[in-house]
Amino acid sequence: MRRTSGRRTALRSLAGVLAVTLVLSVAACGDDSPGDQGGAAQAGPNGVDDGSELTLWTRAPLEKQAKLLVEAYNAGHKNKVKLTVVPNDDYVAKVGAAAGSDSLPDLFAADIVYVPNWVNQGLFQDLSSNIDGLSFKDSVNKGHLAAGTQDGRKHVLPFVLDLSMLFWNKQLFKDAGLDPEKAPASMVEYAAAAKAVQAMKKDGVYGTAAGLNCGGCLVFTWFPSIWAAGNEVLSEDGRESKLADDTAKKVYDIWADLWRSGAVLPASSGETGPTWTAAFTEGKVGLMLYPATLLSSTPFDAGVAGIPGPDGGASTFVGGDGIGVSKDSKKATQAWNFLSWMMSEEAQVEVLAKNKDVVSRSDLAKNKYATADPRLVTINEVAGKGDTPVAMNFQQAFNAPNSPWLTLVRNQVLNASGDTQKDNSEITAVLKQ
Amino acid sequence: MNVDAPSRTSSATTRGGFRPSRRQALLGWIYATPTAVFVVALFLVPLLLVIKMSLSRWPLLSGDQGPNAPDNFTKAIDHRFFTDSVVFTIKYTVIATVLLLLLGLGMALLVQESSRWNNLLRASFLVPSALGLASASLLFYVLYSPYASPFAPVMESLGITFLGSPNAALFSTVFLIVWRYAGFYMVLMLVGLQSIPADVFEAARSDGATRWQTFRSITLPLLRPTLALTTVLCVTGSLLAFEQFYILTKGGPDNSTITVVQLIYMIAFQGQNDLGVAAALSVIVLAALVLINALQLRAFRSEEN
Repeated sequence: MRRTSGRRTALRSLAGVLAVTLVLSVAACGDDSPGDQGGAAQAGPNGVDDGSELTLWTRAPLEKQAKLLVEAYNAGHKNKVKLTVVPNDDYVAKVGAAAGSDSLPDLFAADIVYVPNWVNQGLFQDLSSNIDGLSFKDSVNKGHLAAGTQDGRKHVLPFVLDLSMLFWNKQLFKDAGLDPEKAPASMVEYAAAAKAVQAMKKDGVYGTAAGLNCGGCLVFTWFPSIWAAGNEVLSEDGRESKLADDTAKKVYDIWADLWRSGAVLPASSGETGPTWTAAFTEGKVGLMLYPATLLSSTPFDAGVAGIPGPDGGASTFVGGDGIGVSKDSKKATQAWNFLSWMMSEEAQVEVLAKNKDVVSRSDLAKNKYATADPRLVTINEVAGKGDTPVAMNFQQAFNAPNSPWLTLVRNQVLNASGDTQKDNSEITAVLKQ
Repeated sequence: MNVDAPSRTSSATTRGGFRPSRRQALLGWIYATPTAVFVVALFLVPLLLVIKMSLSRWPLLSGDQGPNAPDNFTKAIDHRFFTDSVVFTIKYTVIATVLLLLLGLGMALLVQESSRWNNLLRASFLVPSALGLASASLLFYVLYSPYASPFAPVMESLGITFLGSPNAALFSTVFLIVWRYAGFYMVLMLVGLQSIPADVFEAARSDGATRWQTFRSITLPLLRPTLALTTVLCVTGSLLAFEQFYILTKGGPDNSTITVVQLIYMIAFQGQNDLGVAAALSVIVLAALVLINALQLRAFRSEEN
């Protein structure tokens, strides 16, 4: 009997220890109380600057711009923003995990193509009254605002606009006997220029380059060619892919021909994204479809133009990141203070434009810094002709490393195989999920 | 807490075997508690959570939305990369296991005798094992990169792309794994070899056995327990391959190098964002591993008997 009761006591003790451990581990997961939903609305036009510490997450490609904005804000405000830069590939996982455990930062930026989904999932607070209260709201980039608008409620502002543009190396153009001041007016001319640079057979120099194993890079740089020809890539509701249309096929054919001719940097076939622009930045590529955010860090004289369609026209992918106040933030009024400052002329012109970045407000497009560099005016002008595709399952259909879009492009350009219609149907099937 | 007087414990041992006193039993429980807590908190709770997730609709961004069994399992098996990833993982496991065991054994035989030169070789074989797999993968990512590699000009002139085609990507990754782990398996083999009594070899030598005969009839049979252990470790590790492919190939080119664990990660965090389906696939992998390990251990036991 005694032995039995002793065993029971020991078992009870063990159970007690386990119970305490479990309770502690659950408690350690954090405070589950809901965030201050819609709190930003009470902030007034400028929000609150009371010395709070705010957390902000962004992804690595926009690190330079995010740092500049945060440093300038911290220098002039009592609130302090703490920036966390997350590797591009891990960003969705990190945000997802944080959202699931109610531990998102106060502010977080999102690749604009993910914004519709994340708004739909309720990750951002409603900022409608704040945004509507901005005196310049009609000049804020419409593509970014639209991506964050659901049922008439606005959730995000443009953080950094990143436009895809046609960049060319003027020195290499000159060496190849091309006019260094004249942009190729169509993708056909683009291909001819790339082949001309290639024909010089300079050691380590290639005509062009692309991220041919990077769905996001291909979306960013090839969709504009289709838009420039007046076509669409998606149906209006974002549930159907139109990437087997004649214009799209012309784009694939031009690139397939370029690839076969050897004018494309060979590393492009395996390029998953991290170094897709590096060869151009180092002056080893004649011309390339390239992000405008890299203008200031391109160390040689580069020409800039809109991305042409197969036979002409110009367009751009209005990418970059939108930013909003997270559902978990309890400092929404302070977070709005950062956002309203970010949209001010001071931040847009004296921080972004001064560093050769694109402004998010059309009324500031011809600012003093932009007019001093005609390339910035070109970029700002093309921004108005650009587009931002909106689809709930954009990541899975296009950006994921194993997306059906990547399969389509690789089949058409590298493998000279595959059925465009069938591959396009795969994309549609994912978009409809 | 009442603890009986120590004098009562002396009669605890009976002819039928050891029977612990209450005090010993209690002490036993106390000693076992920390481990039990860790097992429960770090293994049992996550395991139960994964099983619950696998039976529920559980999007990454919005959490548990109620039971939906067995939908997640059906979706996991119907996934467009399920069969390819299973076939690829098995292919990779076979290649990696054969190469690692052969090389590990070969290296162990090479440096079996202790000498200054052999000690140096043992240390150099083991050095790569000190590097984390993710770090090693990043190192090889740069070495293989046609853009950033210091060997890029040579690669370009010879037309070599390490990660550019399905076979190249597979064997480049296998090379990394062999580089990283062969030394580790060499140490295990070395321990096995050194546990074989020297007089057995001497007897063989005095009987006039050749080196090959000694290896085949003495070394290999006596090394079987070690071979079984290394096979279990190698097969399990290879079936769970993730970091090396995630960093080097991201499943490409043309979706040719997706392992099962990578597929779980893709479903959970890259695109589908569906933790329920990912958990279902995890449960399937767990069941397969338990089965494979049980079969291997059974074979191990019968070899011992």
